[in-house]
Amino acid sequence: MLIVRNLRAGYGRIEALHGVSLSVRQGEIVAIVGANGAGKSTLLKTIAGLIVPWHGEVLFQDRPLAGRKPPEIVAAGIGLVPEGRWLFPPMSVLDNVRLGAYLRLRRGDKEAVREDLDRVFELFPILAERRKQPAGSLSGGEQQMLAIARALMSRPKLLLLDEPSTGLAPLLVEKIFETLVQLNGEGITFLVVEQNARAALAVATRGYVLETGRMVLQGRAQELLEDQEVKRAYLGKDYREFAEGRAR
Amino acid sequence: MSEFLQFLLTGITTGAIYGLIALGFNVLYNATDLINFAQGEFVMLGGLGFYTLGVVLGWPLGLSFAAAVAAVSLLGLLLERVALRPVKKPEPLPLIIITVGASIFLRGVAMRLWGKDPYSVPGLTASAEPVKVFGAAVMPQSLWIVGIVVAFMVGLHLFGKRTLTGKAMEACAIHRNAAWILGIPSDRMVLLAFAFSAGLGAVGGVIIAPITMCSYDMGTMLGLKGFCAAMLGGLGSHWGAAVGGVLLGVLESLAVGYFSSGIKDAVAFLVLLGILFVRPAGLLGASAVKRF
Repeated sequence: MLIVRNLRAGYGRIEALHGVSLSVRQGEIVAIVGANGAGKSTLLKTIAGLIVPWHGEVLFQDRPLAGRKPPEIVAAGIGLVPEGRWLFPPMSVLDNVRLGAYLRLRRGDKEAVREDLDRVFELFPILAERRKQPAGSLSGGEQQMLAIARALMSRPKLLLLDEPSTGLAPLLVEKIFETLVQLNGEGITFLVVEQNARAALAVATRGYVLETGRMVLQGRAQELLEDQEVKRAYLGKDYREFAEGRAR
Repeated sequence: MSEFLQFLLTGITTGAIYGLIALGFNVLYNATDLINFAQGEFVMLGGLGFYTLGVVLGWPLGLSFAAAVAAVSLLGLLLERVALRPVKKPEPLPLIIITVGASIFLRGVAMRLWGKDPYSVPGLTASAEPVKVFGAAVMPQSLWIVGIVVAFMVGLHLFGKRTLTGKAMEACAIHRNAAWILGIPSDRMVLLAFAFSAGLGAVGGVIIAPITMCSYDMGTMLGLKGFCAAMLGGLGSHWGAAVGGVLLGVLESLAVGYFSSGIKDAVAFLVLLGILFVRPAGLLGASAVKRF
């Protein structure tokens, strides 16, 4: 579905991605894990068209998209839920969600958009409750849901998620990832970038490890979760292992 | 008492125009964070364009009005495309200085085209008979002015709240990249804001011309008054622009009426200084809401 080949990109004169390749197949949840500054966000922004790549290919359903502008990429079926959510805080929740369907509303798909609004509010009932409130008044978890809801309104085939767990309590993180699995079951493919490797790999089909602008490891999510190197570098010890270690 | 009322009504009339010009500043500021110091020149071009079409060429006044505003809107687009878009590092200060340059340039061109003499321009209705309101005389043009300004205020409000393009423009202003990844063509929204803002200025020029006459240099002072009204009401707030404009117009009119006509223009700057010292966010301005 998505093929990225030898992508180089950066900011100013500093290269942040040194030739990254990856692929996402229809129906997968692919996780990219890596430390802060590894280039994860840059990668997603480049795929979404916010950053123009210096070199390399982005193919989506066999269509070359590298260097295209975001509106064209959204229209092709790739949505982005950016890190930091990028909501429109003074505008109402409903307006935020509706703007997600901007291109479809421009085309005049009013009926279909209204149906999708209902579906999205069904998926996140708390947003329906607060549809009139300004987006800035929502809690962190609700804002993340709103960002996802907004992105869904463009009916993406592939949704890029940048650090969806940032700043959220563990219970909320779990809930967000449950929602991803549910949406995945409804046919949306996901490419998720996460520092919280454990949470992301737990729901993913496959994973990549990005380190300072290079893919250093890839494999099935389960394998990565059990990989000693990944465990040491990105998973840390969870509290049980830690407790067991102390008991011994 | 009727004297006071007379000053008040005169003040509201000019104030409405200041408000309209302030609105032009706001529309652009909201979409781009930019203050366009050529705004006053759009007012002037609206007035002179209306004069040329309506008086010199003898077009019907309604058509001249629409054509002058449309032409100035186009000029607004052109300003963005030719002078501002090509700037490599679009930071606010260089861009604002470019608008100052554009204002000097436009004034010079206008002086070449229309000369230095002021022209008198007919009101929108032929009748020059003043209407009596509680013993004060109101010119029909004043009614036109207030009516047109109110219509534009309401129209702009509805545009922002009810239409997809209005919302998209607001979204662009809040977070350009966020709007972009939803498919909103942010560069086109900026162009639209330039056209709107220039058009609003031109409308101000057309409706004020019958009262003040119009000349190539009328824009400078009107632009500054409009800017002052926008600051007074709170930069970016549409209702603030209206309140600021009317307040400024009334203060000016009262100062002229009770003291001397010499201090007319000083009032605006005293008010501007006062607001900058006491309440920089303006009367209705959100106290510098951080945009992220």
